[in-house]
This record gives sequence, structure tokens and C-alpha cells, in this order.
Amino acid sequence: MAEMVKKATRESYGLALTELGDKYPNLVVLDADLAEATKTIFFRRKFPDRFIDCGIAECNMIGVAAGLAASGKIPFANSFAMFSAGRAFEQVRNSVGYPHLNVKIGGSHAGISVGEDGATHQCLEDLALMRTIPGMVVLNPADHYEMQAAVRAAAAYQGPVYIRLGRLAVESFNNNDDYHFEIGKGITLRDGKDITVIATGLMVSRALEAVKDLEKQGIDARLINIHTLKPLDRELIVKAARETGKVVTVEEHNVIGGLGDAVCSVLCEECPTPVVKIGVNDVFGHSGPALDLLEEFGLCASHIEKVVKEFLARK
Amino acid sequence: MEKSEEKALQIAACKIRLGAVESVWSAKSGHPGGALSAADIIAYLYFKEMHVNPSDPKNADRDRFVLSKGHSCPALYAALALKGYFAWDELRKFRHIGALLQGHPNMKETPGIDMSTGSLGQGVSAACGIALAGKMDGKAYRVYSMLGDGEIDEGEVWEAAMFAAHHKLDNLCLIVDWNGLQIDGTIEEIAGPEPIDEKYRAFGFDVQTIDGHKFDAIEKAFAHAKTVKDKPSAIIAKTVKGKGVSYMENAVGWHGKAPNDEQYEIAKSELTAELARLEAE
Repeated sequence: MAEMVKKATRESYGLALTELGDKYPNLVVLDADLAEATKTIFFRRKFPDRFIDCGIAECNMIGVAAGLAASGKIPFANSFAMFSAGRAFEQVRNSVGYPHLNVKIGGSHAGISVGEDGATHQCLEDLALMRTIPGMVVLNPADHYEMQAAVRAAAAYQGPVYIRLGRLAVESFNNNDDYHFEIGKGITLRDGKDITVIATGLMVSRALEAVKDLEKQGIDARLINIHTLKPLDRELIVKAARETGKVVTVEEHNVIGGLGDAVCSVLCEECPTPVVKIGVNDVFGHSGPALDLLEEFGLCASHIEKVVKEFLARK
Repeated sequence: MEKSEEKALQIAACKIRLGAVESVWSAKSGHPGGALSAADIIAYLYFKEMHVNPSDPKNADRDRFVLSKGHSCPALYAALALKGYFAWDELRKFRHIGALLQGHPNMKETPGIDMSTGSLGQGVSAACGIALAGKMDGKAYRVYSMLGDGEIDEGEVWEAAMFAAHHKLDNLCLIVDWNGLQIDGTIEEIAGPEPIDEKYRAFGFDVQTIDGHKFDAIEKAFAHAKTVKDKPSAIIAKTVKGKGVSYMENAVGWHGKAPNDEQYEIAKSELTAELARLEAE
């Protein structure tokens, strides 16, 4: 069993980029005056000549990254998700997505767990925005080991990739010794026949806690980790829905446009199945400590358990 | 500039204008005004200034041109066709279903297009990235990017200007097509971007203001830009929107409208007469 590591995925991201700097001499990292926060500072320390701080100008940063990619570089352009995916959405769409340039976009401090900064910085729309861009790969890794593997996969992949990074430290649950990451392939963390819980990002560890508790209460829940929102692992999702008959999705994102909607869309087409979506219910967040906010918005193990039990009790 | 060289460039520019008008007419849509104002500078770039080879359009050492005012692509497409990147016939399919020549430049499909543009303000950022990559790799190529004078209303243009100067991108040369008109009126009526030269100077550029229809002035400006060290260049080119077609000149209405058959015949006959005059001299 790999060592348990408690790290925010932004930190795992910064470490992975720094490691990849040696392997890819054409890998460059851009940031918009948030290197300390997005943890690209690790890369800056080791490769100062390949680190470009664009200042607080995210739209230009994405365009510069597009130009670098058009000239053979592998740029990783970073800011808070609110700005890299939100403010610069149209630059990502038109300057990166449309020409399908090899730009990787890091969206840090995503979700409600940004905490005290409040609603203006709690990006709950990035997965929805990035999913709508044709050809964009959308990744939302759940722990330290998964993030490191995801960054390696993104660097090796030719084309645009969005990677969502969290601010909050999360305990690793993947076993690095046999962990295998493949873009577009979901991971069944626990098998089960009563119901399927499908989670992404930070919510995977919460969902894991929930299904373990449910097991003690005699409920046999399957748990799937969807680290790739796009392309979505349709086969795995349909199979789980067919075998368990009920699906709960869990995401630290607006329930509009994220994992829940992506799952519903697949199931509507291929295997109509009742689904309950857990996420932020189309409201803005507010300031507060991250853990308290997660609890308040129902993004915690106890709420997942409650929803599963109510769902199973439905006739 | 030698007379014969000037003549050759004037002929190329006239053919570019003919191709631009023909393509917009065939498409029954498009943006003739800004294509015509930009035609002389685009002719100079492709037929004198830039080191490019149509048979090797992706060469890593080539000079690049990013048309940040992407809607003026009818002039760029005509220049690329004239240069041999693709057949002149493609101009007649401009904006049609399945066309090689999209309504705005598409680097993925069209040979010779160095960056997909059209959403204003974005091309110049990409040009900065290309110029920076050249610096990082020790390459000698130069990057040219043309902006509209309406386009510079966009905030991203000034983010890019700050970036270019901060990174001392002396391999980057911007050209502002200063024709004075945008869709809703004159640039001064709409958002008042002037003085454009002083703004770029304040952002740290070497700035020259020239007549964008005079080849000797264009030549001197590009030659000077190559001697500038440690700062990017901006050439503010005073031009006439719709240049070369009498009824389009300085007319706001011809920003994004196609001539009908009758209007096209007038434009074609004016430009054909000008071409014949140049070739007869």
C-alpha cells in the first residue's frame, strides 16, 4: 500500500509539473500572478527560464499559451478556475479549442472549498464551461496520486486539456503501487449491487467514506470515480446503472452542467435510470471555512448517506 | 524603393483587392472595407517582407503573420492564393459550406494561416506567444500582427501590449490599420481610442506612423522596426477603409456588407482598370 499523503491537489499538480520539466524540455508554465497559490511556484524555482508570469491578465495568458503551443511548446496555463475557465472562457474556446492547440489549462481553487474568499472566487461552473468546448479533455482528479498521474497523462496527450485543482488538503485513498490512470476511463472503487454512487474530484473521498458507512448499515453501494468528465466513460456508467438501477452523482459544482448532467445525459440515451444529483443547487456560495461550507452545502459523507438511504426507500 | 519593385507590389495589391471583392461578392457576405484598407500592407508582407515558403507552410523558422482583425481575411486569402498556398479558385468558395476559406481564419484547415483569429483582441496575444517561443528557442523569425483601430477597444489588446513590452519582444511588429471607421461609426464617435501612437509609446513600443498605402513608407517602417532592440514595434498605418473601390471608400456601411451583382461589376471594373493602368506603365 502506498503511503497515505494529505495534500491539496494543487500542490500535487505543482510537484508533477516540476517533475515533468526534466522529461519535456518544451514544457512551459504560465501563471497570472498566482504562482504561490496554484503551486506553479515549484516549477518556477526549478525552471525559471520556462516560467512565464503574465500578470493579472488571464485572457492574454491563454492567448500567449496558444501562440506558444502553435510554436511547438507544451504550455500549462494556470489561474484560479474562476479566471482561467471563467473569465478567459472565450479565449479558451476560440484561441485554444477551435484550433485544437496543445494547451493545458489549470483551474485552481475550484469549488466551494475555496472557503473564506467567498462567492466571487468559488467557481462552480468551470466543468460545465469546459465540457461545452469541442475536443476539450476535462479532468478532475481526486487525490495526490491521481493528480500526479493526470498531469503526466495530460502532458503526453496531444490537444487541449482542462485540469481542475483544489485548494483543500485531501487524504489520498488511491494505492499508488498499482494505480492506473487513463484519460476517459472511470474507476470502480467499490463494487456493489444496491445503488451506484458516481463522484468526481474532492467528492470522491467523501463518497468513499459514505459507502463504507453504508456497508456497515447493510447497504451495498457501488462507487465510481469519474476523474475524466470528458470524454466520459459511458460504458462504465451504463453498466453500473443497469446492474444497480439507481444512481447518485456527487460533485463540488453547480448541479447544472457538471458530472450529474453528463451522467443523466448518457443514461437518458442508453439506459433510463433514476438519478439524484448532489452538488451546489444553482446558488452562489459565501464566505466561511471550507469544511463548514462543504457540510452546509451537503457535500459531505453524512449527506451522501442520507440521500442514498432516502433514494433506496423510494418505491 | 526601386520603381519596378514598387510597381510589382502595386500590382500584387490590386490583385489582392480584386480577389477580396470577388470572394465577398461570391459569399454574399463578409467584410470588404477593412480588407481593402489592409491590402497594401498585406501585399508588402507577403511579397517583400516575410520569409515564407508556400510549399513548406509549417516550417519552424518561417516568419509569421497573425491577422488579429480576422474579419479582413478576404485580403489575406487573396494574398495567400496569389503567393501559391492554394488555388485562386478557392476565393470563389469563401464562406460556402465545406470551403477551405472560412469566414474567419482557421489555422487547422487553411495552408498559410498561422493562427485562428476572428474574435477581436485575441490574435495579438497569440502573436506574443509565438514571438516569445522564438526568443526562448533562439530562432530568428519575426512575427507580424495586424490589428484594427476598432479592435483596440478590446482590453486584451492592452494586456498583450504590456506583455510584449515587458518581455522585450523586439521580434514582434504590430500594425494598426488606422482607417478610422468601425461598425457603428467613426472610432472617435464610438470609443475614442486616439491618440493610438501615444498609447503604444506609453506601453513601451517603438512607434511609427505612416501612410499605409505608400510602399516606400511601408518599406522604411518595416526596415526600421527590424533595427529596434529590446522593445516591440507598432506601425500605425493611416489607411482608407474600402480603398480602391470608389463607393466603398470611407463609407461606414461597407464594413461588413457584400456588394450585389451590379455593385460588384463596378468594383471589378474599377480595379481591373487600375490593374491595366499599372501593367501598361
